[in-house]
Parts: sequence; structure tokens; C-alpha cells
Amino acid sequence: MAEGVVAAVSRIAEEQGLKRVTEVTVRIGELQQVDREILIFAIDQLRPPIMRDAKIIVEEAPAKLRCRVCGHSWRFDPKGLEEEVSEAIHFVPEVAHAYLRCPSCGSPDFEVVEGRGIWLASVKGLRGDG
Amino acid sequence: MADPRLRVIDRRLSTIDHIIAVCSGKGGVGKSVVASTLSLLLARRGLEVGLLDLDFTCPATHLILGVGDATPEEERGIVPPSFHGVEYMSLIYYTGERPTPLRGGDITNAIIEILSVTRWGRLSHLVVDMPPPGLGDATLDLMRLIPRMEFLIVTTPSRIAFQTVRRLIELLREADRVILGVLENMVLEPSGRVRGEVEVMGLKYLGSIPFDPKLEEALGDAEALLQTDFAVSLNAAVSSLLPD
Repeated sequence: MAEGVVAAVSRIAEEQGLKRVTEVTVRIGELQQVDREILIFAIDQLRPPIMRDAKIIVEEAPAKLRCRVCGHSWRFDPKGLEEEVSEAIHFVPEVAHAYLRCPSCGSPDFEVVEGRGIWLASVKGLRGDG
Repeated sequence: MADPRLRVIDRRLSTIDHIIAVCSGKGGVGKSVVASTLSLLLARRGLEVGLLDLDFTCPATHLILGVGDATPEEERGIVPPSFHGVEYMSLIYYTGERPTPLRGGDITNAIIEILSVTRWGRLSHLVVDMPPPGLGDATLDLMRLIPRMEFLIVTTPSRIAFQTVRRLIELLREADRVILGVLENMVLEPSGRVRGEVEVMGLKYLGSIPFDPKLEEALGDAEALLQTDFAVSLNAAVSSLLPD
């Protein structure tokens, strides 16, 4: 994940002609249960020169699911899952469909409305002319 | 804003020389058995090989190869375990045999996730078992995500199967993708019809694989699988895929 963040930031900086990246905001979905501190640590290990002084902000988006059969919406709390299940969902969040069911009607046909994956919310920096 | 996973996929696949999608128009033509056996045959030739099962909702390659309880190692991503010399990756590690119903968007996300987290070793060939239908999410996603992917198309002598293959070929040609050739599987009575149609289309006919009634017994046992008439016929076809 950290590799992806660094690569994506580098690409954006290049496209936008940034001389220096000052702030990166990453949003992580609760469904994927990414450890904020570990992610920041990993990004720190991979920082290219252009990101040397960038502030890394990691925000967590709650996991909200909605049943396609009965329309029930619910907040998924990964705490309490068995470790094995938790780890499986961490690596590939879609496998949630193997383990989770709608609490209202029991269907596995639900959508993750919010709180999946990791994405760059913003990249701030200074252009070449300062 | 941006999906960071997409930036990693090229790097993850950079250790692989050839990525071969085993695909077809319809299901039931033997793609998974071809993909699994092809990976074993390439490994037996001393090549470094990987096998990726992208049929998330109905995976089968683990059953064909007899993959046991091994799990991937987590080391800055996922390092797939090796079976019979084949690095093997499948969602089965995470779902077991539970039904895992996925819609299109979920399939796309899972494909991107698998491609961005899997750390393959140095491979000459990565064989990808594609799910049916041939013109669905997985094919479109891989055409988008891995433009250099090469397509090995499997059909049966059935006119219906071949007609769906024709559509797939047209799609791939429109997109200027590499088609390695067409393999005719489950042949009961050789007729030459499929060969003729393939050659008229200017494509390579990779070979005819007779229906092997003993194949079923060998499923789940890689060594037995390699001894089948099916594997012998496939091996001849594989030769035409490799440089001399």
C-alpha cells in the first residue's frame, strides 16, 4: 500500500510540475483495517526526495454497507472478527462477501458504500517557480 | 482522487516475461484444466512459472493441482507459495470453499487488489486462468491493466463454443492484443473444421486435444495429471508457444 501511495504521489507531482510535496492526505477504508501508524512508517521508509518533508495525513473512512436485496444499511465493525477472517478481508476486501451477511435478511448481495481500500484524497506542494 | 494500487501493478509484474491469459467465450471448455496443466508442463521444462486463478466466484485450479493447506507469506505484499514448481495465487487462500458472490465492481476491485499485492518471483511465464464469460469484467480489466498480456484461446469443436470465441477474437483484435492461438479441446471426432476456421482468420491453430475419459481421475494429483493423454496432447501444443 505504501509503495502504491508513494508511486501515485510521485506521478502526480511529476504531472503537476511540483518541485516539492508538502502534504499528502491518504484515506483508508475501515473495511481493510489498515494500521495507520504502520502505513505512515512504511511511507516514511520509501519517501523519495520530493516527499522528504511532506506531512502525511491518514484519515479513516468508516465501512458502510448496504444490502441490495432488502435495502438495509449498516456500519460494519471489523472488531470482533476472527483473526483469519480479519486478515483475509485486509488483503482482499471483496472476500467480505464470503463471510458477511446482511444483518436484516441474511443476503450476501451487499455493496460497500464507503470504507473500502485506500486512496489519495489530496496532494499539496510547491511548483518549480516556488 | 487517485487509486494508488494502479501505480504498483506494473512494478509487481515487472519480473515476468510473458503473461498468458487462458480464455474462451463460454464456460465449460476446459480453461482451468488447460491453464493448470500448461503451468505444470512449462515448469517441467525448467521454466520459472506462476499460475493465477482469476475465477473468483468458481475457482477450480486448486482442485486440479491438489493444492493443500499452504498459505501465502506476507512480506511487503503477498508471496505466493509454490506447488510442483509453480508459484500459485488464488482467492481460495482467503475464502476457502465458501460461496463468494461478487458483482462486476467487486470483481474489478479484487483483480486490482490481487495484482497489486502479489509479489511474484522472477518468472518466464505467468499463466492466468480467466473466468467465463470471455467478454466480461475480468477480460476487460486485464486488457486495461496489462496491455502486454497474451491470449491463448480455448474452444471445443462445438459450433456454439467457437462462435463465442469468434466474438472474443474480434474484441481482442480491435484492441490490437496479442493472440497466441486457438486450442481445440475435448475433441471426440477430428474434423478439421475448427482448424480451417482459425486459419482463415489468420490465427495459429495450436492443436487438437482429444477428449480424455481418464482425465477426471487424475484431477487433484499433479503427477497423475501430467501422465494423462490430455497432458501429452497439450504438451505438443505448448511446444509451438515456446521458442526453439
